[in-house]
Amino acid sequence: MADFEPVLLAQVGKAESYTLRAYEQSGGYQSWKKVLKEKTPKEVTEIVKASGLRGRGGAGFPTGLKWTFLPQNHPGPIYFCLNADESEPGTFNNRVLMEEDPHQVIEGLMISCYATNATAAYYYMRCEYPLAWERMQAAVDECYAAGHLGKNICGSPYSLDIFLHKGAGAYICGEETGLIESLEGKRAWPRIKPPFPAVEGAFRKPTVVNNVETVACVKQILDRGVDWFKSIGVPPDPANPRDAGSYGPKLYCLSGHINQPGCYEAPLGLTVTELIDRFGGGVWKNRQAKAAIPGGISMGLLTADEFHCPLDFNGPGKFGCLGLGTAAVVVMDEQTSMVDFLLNSCRFFSHESCGQCTPCREGTSWATKMMLRIKTGRGRLADLNLLAEIGDTIGIMPGTTICGLADGAAWPIKNCIKKFRPELEAYIKKTNPNGWGETKPVPAMDLVGIH
Amino acid sequence: MPNQRILTDEMKDAIKAFFPRYPSRQAVTLPALHIVNERLRYVPRQAVVEIAELLGLAPAQVQDTLTFYGYFKQDRPAGRCRLWVCRSISCALRGADELLNHLSHALGVAPGQTTPDGRVTLEHAECLGACEHAPCMLADRQLVKSVSQRQADEFLKALP
Repeated sequence: MADFEPVLLAQVGKAESYTLRAYEQSGGYQSWKKVLKEKTPKEVTEIVKASGLRGRGGAGFPTGLKWTFLPQNHPGPIYFCLNADESEPGTFNNRVLMEEDPHQVIEGLMISCYATNATAAYYYMRCEYPLAWERMQAAVDECYAAGHLGKNICGSPYSLDIFLHKGAGAYICGEETGLIESLEGKRAWPRIKPPFPAVEGAFRKPTVVNNVETVACVKQILDRGVDWFKSIGVPPDPANPRDAGSYGPKLYCLSGHINQPGCYEAPLGLTVTELIDRFGGGVWKNRQAKAAIPGGISMGLLTADEFHCPLDFNGPGKFGCLGLGTAAVVVMDEQTSMVDFLLNSCRFFSHESCGQCTPCREGTSWATKMMLRIKTGRGRLADLNLLAEIGDTIGIMPGTTICGLADGAAWPIKNCIKKFRPELEAYIKKTNPNGWGETKPVPAMDLVGIH
Repeated sequence: MPNQRILTDEMKDAIKAFFPRYPSRQAVTLPALHIVNERLRYVPRQAVVEIAELLGLAPAQVQDTLTFYGYFKQDRPAGRCRLWVCRSISCALRGADELLNHLSHALGVAPGQTTPDGRVTLEHAECLGACEHAPCMLADRQLVKSVSQRQADEFLKALP
């Protein structure tokens, strides 16, 4: 840990790090040229597969394996979608990469496209990133001018185009099939799988969707080799035959009640305590921490007693959280009200539910209404059971929705009620001294003001 | 009386320039909406009809997509500055709700509304992806970082 040198963030903060000139001076595009000359697409896929790289966007699916799901000897076209719709609350590592080192992302994207035989890449970026958009567009333009992109790149038979595509402010576009629907010009309603995008994706053609940080890792693996990548992080848990290991560096986003919020690179497997103390300079205002989100708000909550949780693909699950997610840690101090936290979380998901599946659309909005009722002093203890019931019944895992947004909405509810129930109950009793024990349904008229 | 045409030749050319990028015309829907929105600060219904004509779609298809995203205004143009105040968890922990309230009072409008002089449209945003600068806001293309209420007042004062 002590001798770990940042790789993904190595150029960040240097003068004009976002220009082609600076990137090439630091050895940029060497791997791309080498891959084009010396390696077949299949060889590149094998390298990425052997590295154990798992997707950085949230689900942690092995990247090389995803690529092999594409049909063999397909006549094409095959499409590559780069998911830069980063909008999980607490997450900003893609933004930092795109603003400060866009060429690293492009080189990784090129190598990934080559490996998957894709000849067109759609770079789907959320519209709230104006600086990242500007820098990325400039970087793509530089690549065309330098001959890194276009027809018959560097005299090879391979041709590739990268097209930037701007989103319009919808969280669900980060879900891979929602992204594809949005790219096609429709409402971003996730598709039922199968067929998976690798078989039938964008424009009904085989499609790969990968995250920005994932392709940046691909570039580093081609630069430095599989052994280097596997020397960082955590090997598979021998007790868990389904664990594919957590190899490589990771960009951790640290925010909330912390002295030095920021994006920090460290080996997978760092604990929450190490992240807060070594990188974040401790909890702000000399206060104690109360809880933290381990990987974006969808992943649930860790209590301060659980901060020894390792932030690898396996760690947060052992503490009842959904997973590592985007590795965005949001720290809350001792003065934070968990009622406020849960209301904020429920409000986010009810705003971002796409409305396609009834359990998610209704579950998230009723959870928000109940949390508002609790917040404004009209809560009943029975509401906590109703909230827990929503938490247990919406999502892919209980099998009631098409995509995982509802699982992400459910986890903060489940974790918060399980880990902070006494606080929630005390709040309800204190703010609603005459009505907290009520169990009858709330009269409909009572809700008019909440809609 | 037929509606007056809204899309200029310049807008149409900008939209058509996207055609070769995609295997379908419908995929140009979002780029077209952005092109109109950047120029007019909203996408009136007549523009939806004209975009649909260009893309070979029914107006309802374009309208269906447009209304899914909360981003495009339809009834009247957004103010000269569209000010998005993030309210998601990292910003909320550092005073985003209070900041939005403060701005709402200072401007005399609720989130989603435009000041009568057309200067500012106040909006709440879900995570702007700048959590290390919480609380933050996005003023059109400018990210305003770690905003105190006093800095927010100064920002408003400096707006044209």
